[in-house]
Amino acid sequence: MTTVALLGNPNTGKTSVWNRLTGGSAKVGNYPGVTVERRVGALRKRPDIEVVDVPGAYSLVARSADEQIALDVALGLDGEPAPAVVVVCVDATQLVRSLYLLLQLQELGARCVVALTMADEAGPAAPNATELAHVLGCAVVPVVGRTGVGVDALASAIVTAVDAGAPAAPIVRWQPSPALAAQIATVRAALPATWPQTDALAVWALQCVGDDELIRVPAEVRAAVARAAPTAALDDEVIAARYRWLDEQVAGLAKAKVDRRRTARVDRVLLHRGLGLVIFGAVMFVLFMSLFAWSEPAIAAVETAFGWLGDGARAVLPDGVIEDFVVDGVIGGVGSVVVFLPQILLLFFFLGLLEDFGYLARVAYLMDRIMRTMKLSGRAFVPMLSGFACAVPAVMATRTMERQRDRILTMLVIPLMTCSARLPVYTLVIAALFPSHTVGGLSTKSLLMVGMYGFSLVTSLVAAWVLARVVKPLRAKRLPFVIELPPYRAPRMRDVVRMMGTKTWAFLREAGTVILACTIALWALLYFPRELPAGSPDYDAQIAAAPSPEAKAELEHARDGALLENSYGARLGHAIEPAIAPLGFDWKIGVGIIGAFAAREVFVSTLGVIHGVGDDEGSLRKHLANERKADGTPRYTPLVGLSLMVFFALACQCMSTLAVIKRETGGYRWPLFVFGYMTVLAWVSSFLVFQIGSLLGY
Amino acid sequence: MLTLAEVERHAKVAIVAVDGERGFRRRLLELGLCPGTAVAITNIAPLGDPLEIEVRGGRLSIRKDEAAQIRVRR
Repeated sequence: MTTVALLGNPNTGKTSVWNRLTGGSAKVGNYPGVTVERRVGALRKRPDIEVVDVPGAYSLVARSADEQIALDVALGLDGEPAPAVVVVCVDATQLVRSLYLLLQLQELGARCVVALTMADEAGPAAPNATELAHVLGCAVVPVVGRTGVGVDALASAIVTAVDAGAPAAPIVRWQPSPALAAQIATVRAALPATWPQTDALAVWALQCVGDDELIRVPAEVRAAVARAAPTAALDDEVIAARYRWLDEQVAGLAKAKVDRRRTARVDRVLLHRGLGLVIFGAVMFVLFMSLFAWSEPAIAAVETAFGWLGDGARAVLPDGVIEDFVVDGVIGGVGSVVVFLPQILLLFFFLGLLEDFGYLARVAYLMDRIMRTMKLSGRAFVPMLSGFACAVPAVMATRTMERQRDRILTMLVIPLMTCSARLPVYTLVIAALFPSHTVGGLSTKSLLMVGMYGFSLVTSLVAAWVLARVVKPLRAKRLPFVIELPPYRAPRMRDVVRMMGTKTWAFLREAGTVILACTIALWALLYFPRELPAGSPDYDAQIAAAPSPEAKAELEHARDGALLENSYGARLGHAIEPAIAPLGFDWKIGVGIIGAFAAREVFVSTLGVIHGVGDDEGSLRKHLANERKADGTPRYTPLVGLSLMVFFALACQCMSTLAVIKRETGGYRWPLFVFGYMTVLAWVSSFLVFQIGSLLGY
Repeated sequence: MLTLAEVERHAKVAIVAVDGERGFRRRLLELGLCPGTAVAITNIAPLGDPLEIEVRGGRLSIRKDEAAQIRVRR
């Protein structure tokens, strides 16, 4: 199998070109050692040629493992075969800057083909492809990703270059100074035999190695770089030499200045001090409401469909363990995965549109000032906002951030946002345990709800601020935060829809399986041993003899409560009671907390069953309000309610969130960290609330 | 010495040098902000930071404290 790598700066229409070349059907995986998506597809024209879509990069110089991908793929240093041809997407409106990457590749001896994108947009500023090809010494094919014009010619040029097969020689356009030449010689002698023996690779090592987080750099290379002792002057020399050549040879090929008037006019509105922020607020409102509220019918439809499926299975299967396993474990478990799809699809629909249009970069630009107070960048805004609807799509949206460190820090605080699954818990607690008062015309109950939102916002901001200082891998590096503000462009629907499909499939395959397995395990924990405790009345006989449907339902609820009380999960709830008693919780709340791992709102139904009232929330509210301790005082006071809400606000009671963090970070380290720090935070906060409240006499 | 952070909007200046730690300045140089390059501030974000700059016909956004590391002359 021959591979071809597709590289280019961000915003050069690279994804469109890749979709056009391959037809968009991708094998998606991760690059070894890093969690950056590796997309591979067969070239339509020649299915024996695979095209790898490499993440956008401005340069091959790298400091972190995810930036290193571009070099590793281009040279085959990651264990995959080196590509026969490297296709470089060059933006005709940003000719000099996007050719910088090409020069680096040619110096390293990669056989390059240039896909000249955005030529239609550049208009008279676009260079003549033949002249450019002559200057660069490689094929140049103008393509328009949006319409597909030129894609056939590009595919032919790729096939021709692949078939030519002759080894490409490095093309270097500048002479190193004597000092640099000596440094290059030192490092080149230390390059491992499996790496290409080029001066350019030595230059790369001299620029990148030292104070880096690169992987797969041999110790001999590190030692040689340390001996050569490169300084900032080396960067000046190398980078200036490349740009000098580009300025002299290429800049003149653009016969006119790129017309940015249309983008400038749109920016005058969208980035306006007043109007721009109003429009920003409106766009974010639509995005948020679509996740939070407008996805509701689709979510309800998924739940109804799986409900029918469960009822159908119940009708067919004989009563017993198998039936309960299939209906509550498997069908319920698959439902709990599929139920995320409406929000995931909607979020990536909006993200795709906004990114292609060029607005996502503007969101980062507008919000950077606020987000940097938390040691994050403006790119973190949309994922964090989405966290108020659901942490699962929000964590997936962190892929729009280019730096691993920013992605992880954002993922760590997203689960603190008040997601919609916490609302049923808050609603139950507030309705059942808090008296109705009005303060200044507002009911205390709604003020409490607003207060919980404010609480989660403040804790997430504080958590980001603290984590960025305390957790070593998250300490901010002094790197410039540069956002390119690309020209506004009409989004290409097909690319957006493809991306939605890719994301959904990746979620189902990698996170969905974990969520399903956890749901089944949790079901078993709260189901087995399925025996009534010793000394229970014979419920089944009583149910059969029940005089009225109401009496029958009551007996069934009592039986289900007794069965759950005797389950392994409930025994666990009893066992953890000493740990949660200082928070004001009894073992029944403990069982609810265990059940809530499936999804936070399950707390309500689990609590209903354990209290023997079934799934009727109205009777559960009454039951909770009237439950007494042995001394006749209410068991669940408003203080217990407050402590419980604080616990739910802060604890990571959600295995789906943990599963998706595991997928996005590629290991168990970060999900375990999230679970650990949030549990400790929740326990300590609830402890303080309950103990201080008790001391104050509440 | 004048830095890019002190330049008024739309004034055309030329880059003299980029200061700061090696990885930081290398990133800016590679984006084409090398000495001799013409640069101008075209916009300031509504909240006062970051800045939008024009360089080599493209628009980038950089933070004020980063612009303060870029020495320029008129």
